[in-house]
Amino acid sequence: MGGYILKRLISAIPVLLGITIIVFLIMSLIPGDPATAILGSYATPENVAKINRDLGLDKPLVQRYFIWLSNMLTGDFGRSYSLNRPVIDEVLERFNATLILAGTAFVLCSVLGILAGVVSAARQYGFADKAITFVVLIGISVPSFFLGMMMILLFAVNLRWLPVSGMFAIYGGGDLPDLIRHLIMPSLALAAVATGVIARLSRSAMLEVLRQDYIRTARAKGVHERRVIMGHALRAAMVSIIPVLGIQAGFVLSGAVYIEIVFQWPGVGRMLVDAILTRDLLLVQGGVVFVAACYVMFNIAVDVAQGLLDPRIKT
Amino acid sequence: MTAFLKLLFRNRLAAMGAVVLTAILILVLITPLLPLQNPDATATADRFKRPFTEGYLLGTDHLGRDLASRLLHGTRLSLAVGVAAALIAATIGSAIGIVAGYFGGRTDNIIMRGVDMLMAFPYILLALAIVAALGPGLMNALIAVAAVNVPFFARNIRGITVGLAGREFIDAARLAGMGHTRIILTELLPNVLPVIIIAMSTTVGWMILETAGLSFLGLGSQPPQADLGSMLGEARSALISHPHTSIVPGIMIFLIVMSINLLGDGVRDALDPRLRSGALSRPRATTLVERAGDIPAATDDLLAIQNLETQFHVGKRIYRAVGGVSLAVKPGECLGVIGESGSGKSVTALSVMGLVASPPGVITGGAVRFQGEDLIGAPYESLRRKRGDRVAYIFQDPLSTLHPLYRVGEQLAEAIRSHHKLGKAEGRARAVQLLKDVRIPNAESRIDDYPHEMSGGMRQRVGIAMALANEPDVIIADEPTTALDVTVQAQILSLLDDLRRERGLAIIFITHDFGVVAQLCDRVAVMYAGRIVEEGPTRAVLDAPAHPYTRRLIACVPELGGGRRALAAIPGLPPAVDDLPPGCAFAPRCDKARESCRAGDIPLAGTHPRAVRCLYPEEAV
Repeated sequence: MGGYILKRLISAIPVLLGITIIVFLIMSLIPGDPATAILGSYATPENVAKINRDLGLDKPLVQRYFIWLSNMLTGDFGRSYSLNRPVIDEVLERFNATLILAGTAFVLCSVLGILAGVVSAARQYGFADKAITFVVLIGISVPSFFLGMMMILLFAVNLRWLPVSGMFAIYGGGDLPDLIRHLIMPSLALAAVATGVIARLSRSAMLEVLRQDYIRTARAKGVHERRVIMGHALRAAMVSIIPVLGIQAGFVLSGAVYIEIVFQWPGVGRMLVDAILTRDLLLVQGGVVFVAACYVMFNIAVDVAQGLLDPRIKT
Repeated sequence: MTAFLKLLFRNRLAAMGAVVLTAILILVLITPLLPLQNPDATATADRFKRPFTEGYLLGTDHLGRDLASRLLHGTRLSLAVGVAAALIAATIGSAIGIVAGYFGGRTDNIIMRGVDMLMAFPYILLALAIVAALGPGLMNALIAVAAVNVPFFARNIRGITVGLAGREFIDAARLAGMGHTRIILTELLPNVLPVIIIAMSTTVGWMILETAGLSFLGLGSQPPQADLGSMLGEARSALISHPHTSIVPGIMIFLIVMSINLLGDGVRDALDPRLRSGALSRPRATTLVERAGDIPAATDDLLAIQNLETQFHVGKRIYRAVGGVSLAVKPGECLGVIGESGSGKSVTALSVMGLVASPPGVITGGAVRFQGEDLIGAPYESLRRKRGDRVAYIFQDPLSTLHPLYRVGEQLAEAIRSHHKLGKAEGRARAVQLLKDVRIPNAESRIDDYPHEMSGGMRQRVGIAMALANEPDVIIADEPTTALDVTVQAQILSLLDDLRRERGLAIIFITHDFGVVAQLCDRVAVMYAGRIVEEGPTRAVLDAPAHPYTRRLIACVPELGGGRRALAAIPGLPPAVDDLPPGCAFAPRCDKARESCRAGDIPLAGTHPRAVRCLYPEEAV
């Protein structure tokens, strides 16, 4: 297993390099003078001169890429001109908030989605199946930002159960219960679509597994039905569910952008949108590379989990 | 095509989606003709008018602009942008995919590496990076959304193209001297086009949603121009005070996406009806029982199948897989059940413990009695307690019948643990002993193998060990040696025979092989089209078959060193059990059949222990 993990980690290196190349190429698409574009409204002559020096913008493209890359490898993602602080500091701070939101949403969508799919499959064409299928259909069709807005209207404004927005209460907040109260709506809104997708897939994966001969064997042995479903069938179905969890994690992570805007959540998505609107391109560049790299690492974890589950995948 | 549409619209949800989508499309197409106000005309005096107020059907927004008019123009814009993005992504992505798939080799490798890299990004993040570089704006948002969807098309279309590129007609075109471009355009493209269109129809909803999302963030369409996303984004600041300005565009996005989803699901189901038929599913823990008629009285047999009827209900069709079968075994006895594929012998065996896949299986009549107690319709828990404990099964294909993700030792221990309390170490010891009982060498190390690490013969022994785990009274063996080669088969048969003698267990042995029956079984029952056509002691039936079908079945068996006896295949096929003829089911293939054979039900008759279901038997029994 250790060898397998190492192998997957090594295979991630070209992907990570590819990500930096793609981001770099996209950023070099910027029309006009890059220094002015990067600085936007902060383009004083001194700043332009400084950024040209910092990034070696007078040098050829390939050379510039390697300067940027080696800077990043030493932890230097450049300086945000709109915030006047190192990009990496800002990104790390914001990513922490995003991780809380997206992590919660990911756990929610995995647990709820798989559970709904399992129940749906075990009661195929029954009432529970039809009800779940209907809710799932609505769930995957509502844009998350609209769902978030409607939740605010209902639960925060009309019922006054939950705070409207933010991560902590401004006065007297900051502890865990406060965080959880602020987290409920955004994480549910963020999880909705992914829950639906996972529920659908889990249902069809379970149905596929339930008609396998080894399920009949388990039943013929006298294994209790609860264990047939939650043990034998679900374990086999997880082989096809786990890769989809990996894909959905990507959707949750990037979908956080909308939810962070709707709920004023101080995460990296909101930071990126603000940075795009203020043309703080170094912040965008650093943020995108950082989040994408984290996602690549997460997918390796998914692969490893898959390897642990299925002995037929040999290292 | 019409058949496809019929199938599609029989799906009520898909039809609903189509109706909603068509209505929206018609509305946006005739928008310029409708008597609407200018969507961008502001009227500060009329800010935030509620829906259904005089002159404003859906009310007004924060600048007093007519929401109905803005909604229709916004929908128009959103749909146009989404469809344009889908078209661009499909064109570029498919081109890349076709080139990669057609040329293969290095070209393919380099292109697909690039595609993989793009797919390593969280989707929206890449779009954000592109918008960041190009600057906010509807056109740039369109480019971004199209760009991030290119890899999806490239990968799908490449897969299809690789499959096509190796086919004969491409080689033929090449030999005919056609150039690459011409082959791609005239030979490949027409074949991948349907796939491209289907892929587009499943992604266009996403693209509409994604462009709306970018506009919502303020990175897409810029004021005063508004698509649905930017309407929602602008309305957000007034969400709490004037929610209708948010709800109106939000519901429209929801309707569009949902109708596209419904339609897409319908298309997928119509193209792959297998998914909906339910014929392949087996979600229920026990076979459904819908018994009509009298329940036969108890006998003193160990296991008695009495006048059993099992059917498969698929749509409106009814397949009578088992049509009134009675069989019984006593302790220490081995009963063979023989017949062609589809004769209902496996379904009979599975019905005993309610293991027939259900849906579609339904037990519609008769009884199965274990020591006098009726198992059909017994409460789940009482049935479960007997499964594997009193009546155990050995199944045919040992690769598919063992769970691929559990070690064989765990699977063995679980068989015991389902019925008896068992510690971990004890379970392991018992599992090792079971493997030794079925003569698996190195049982101590083999116990930690996964099924895929064993040979077919070893796996079948594990299957037998599992059946023996709780020392059952009856073993039902459903073609346990069919998948094995002859030497292994002989070993397994003698193993079963020994166990029967040592432990006095009763065996019902299902097979299509008379050789196996002769070797192992005391009695034999011959099945045809879901019924027993002949029954008797093995020797007697083999020596003097009474039913023409039995005789011909025996004649089909090649004999070693038997000389030049003609091998006689039986002409024709067994009848379909959803449309059985009246009278003898074998009559259409029987050379002795007369009018009376086709007239009515023929009873199973004879003097004990022999019986035959034939009006003109080969031998009187």
